[in-house]
Amino acid sequence: MTLQRPRRGNGGFVLACLLPALILFAVFMVLPTINVFRMSFYAWSGFSPDPRFVGLDNFTRLLDDDNVIRAFQNTVTLLVVVTIVTMSAGLFLAAIMTRQRLRGRNLLRFVLYIPNVLSVVVIAAIFSAVYDQENGLLNGVLRVIGPDTWQQVWLGDQKIVLYSVAIAMVWQSLGYYMVLYMSSMASIPEELYEATALDGASATRQFFDLTLPLIWQNLRTTLTFFIMSAVNLSFVLVRAMTGGGPDGSSEVLLSYMYKQAYTNSSYGYGMAIGVVIFAFSFLVSLLVSRATRREPLQF
Amino acid sequence: MLLKRGFTYTLVGAIALLIAVPVGWVLVASLKTKGEFYGSPWALPEGLHWRNYTDAFLDARMGQYFLTSVLVTALGLVLVLLVSVPAAYVVARYEFRGRGFVEALLMAGLFVNVNYIVVPIFLMLVDWDRALIDAFPDGFFIDNPAMLSLVYAATSIPFTIYLLTAYFRSIPKEYEEAASMDGAGRLRVMTTVMLPMARPAVTTVILFNFLAYWNDFIIALTLLPGDGKTVQVGLLNLMTAQKAAADYGRLYAGMVIVIVPVLILYAVIQRRLIEGMAAGGVKG
Repeated sequence: MTLQRPRRGNGGFVLACLLPALILFAVFMVLPTINVFRMSFYAWSGFSPDPRFVGLDNFTRLLDDDNVIRAFQNTVTLLVVVTIVTMSAGLFLAAIMTRQRLRGRNLLRFVLYIPNVLSVVVIAAIFSAVYDQENGLLNGVLRVIGPDTWQQVWLGDQKIVLYSVAIAMVWQSLGYYMVLYMSSMASIPEELYEATALDGASATRQFFDLTLPLIWQNLRTTLTFFIMSAVNLSFVLVRAMTGGGPDGSSEVLLSYMYKQAYTNSSYGYGMAIGVVIFAFSFLVSLLVSRATRREPLQF
Repeated sequence: MLLKRGFTYTLVGAIALLIAVPVGWVLVASLKTKGEFYGSPWALPEGLHWRNYTDAFLDARMGQYFLTSVLVTALGLVLVLLVSVPAAYVVARYEFRGRGFVEALLMAGLFVNVNYIVVPIFLMLVDWDRALIDAFPDGFFIDNPAMLSLVYAATSIPFTIYLLTAYFRSIPKEYEEAASMDGAGRLRVMTTVMLPMARPAVTTVILFNFLAYWNDFIIALTLLPGDGKTVQVGLLNLMTAQKAAADYGRLYAGMVIVIVPVLILYAVIQRRLIEGMAAGGVKG
């Protein structure tokens, strides 16, 4: 396709069209992003007038901060658990819904996608209601079907709380990824399945030998984005649902950063944590993308 | 085969129930009286206790917050379209120096999540307020809903331009050529020829940005620390208040107030939303 030739007098029009967007983008995204990195080299208690340059002090302090280590472990645990569960369940559901041509598919898709349009505050409130110790849905069910020992303080027990958050995360994102995989699986030609079925391939074999390789590129892309967005989702969900508690046992890196910045007014230190998370999620996405590289398969 | 299908239906149905039941339960529970919350969580309310809603709307000021949210979201959408449509059009159709750079920069912006930069944005606005303290002793930028709209608009520019540019590129050039042959100026070509043709993409962009603005609470919490809150922050406050006073009714009514507009919109446009998602493939 040919583009509009640079023509006399176009410059003004182009500039007028571009400038408002670029200014807003520069002021509210580029500048703050640079500031995250810049501030991480300063000690600054917020409203005091002069930040003091401390070099890498904030970063060395990070390494000795037990809370950071724990927040880091929590973030990694959530990433691993939620990614594996959401991805495999999403793939599996998408495969059976596309292959078996279930009746009521559209209704199911409608319902499964609902959590994706709800706000995180609403999801946090829903799960607080589900997990409520006395009047919650979950303990209400367990009281009927099992012994008392099954009931738990889902958001108050240090050993359980992180997994309670993980379940909420899966609940939120499962439908989105299922719908995404359904649409990429729907574009695989039916003849391929018929041919392999003639060769006697079972549905399971077809899934691993045919479906999975054919949507591999799509899977890779979503995986990369999933990791980035899971880091963020874990933060907003933890912020709204547990506030990092009890006693920091569900704190994730971003929520700890937020806490350092606002509650503790250590802006410089908070930004150093931000830099670490940013580098970390970027690195993980890159590694995952490298590790999953395959020769693209065409149909 | 029949057995397998039965199994599949059961499994998929069970998962659908796991999603539908908590949401439906909130809708039902929002009509319970205080006493009914201490009974079985599965019992239906005896009557329709609308009192929870007037409590939430008036006493908990969810009505006022709702209005703020509507205005902030609407203004944000207007702003983002006003700046992004022309920019996306020019990037898609004109050749100019630095085009590659502009595109790469905006692309990089897709990877910067607001959660990382909300603190520097807040500090920047505090700084601006301090600089203008003589003109506006009460501050202008912090606690200003219009400013919140502007920040929403600015932070969704990369995604919006990305989606619109791709769509503009897919429209054949002949339409514009015909129009300018008829003597239409550049601005008229953009607004009366290209914009109507890009309607599907514009609708998709509005949908996704609507959800992002309406559902956000981190930026709203940070930039509107005073009394003028958005519904999401109001709901967050109700959650905190409920933990202290065990006033479930208001909380559930508040949740319904926040959920219902989104659910209605979703039911109306779900096909477009899902197709748009498959086309865009990026989640902010």
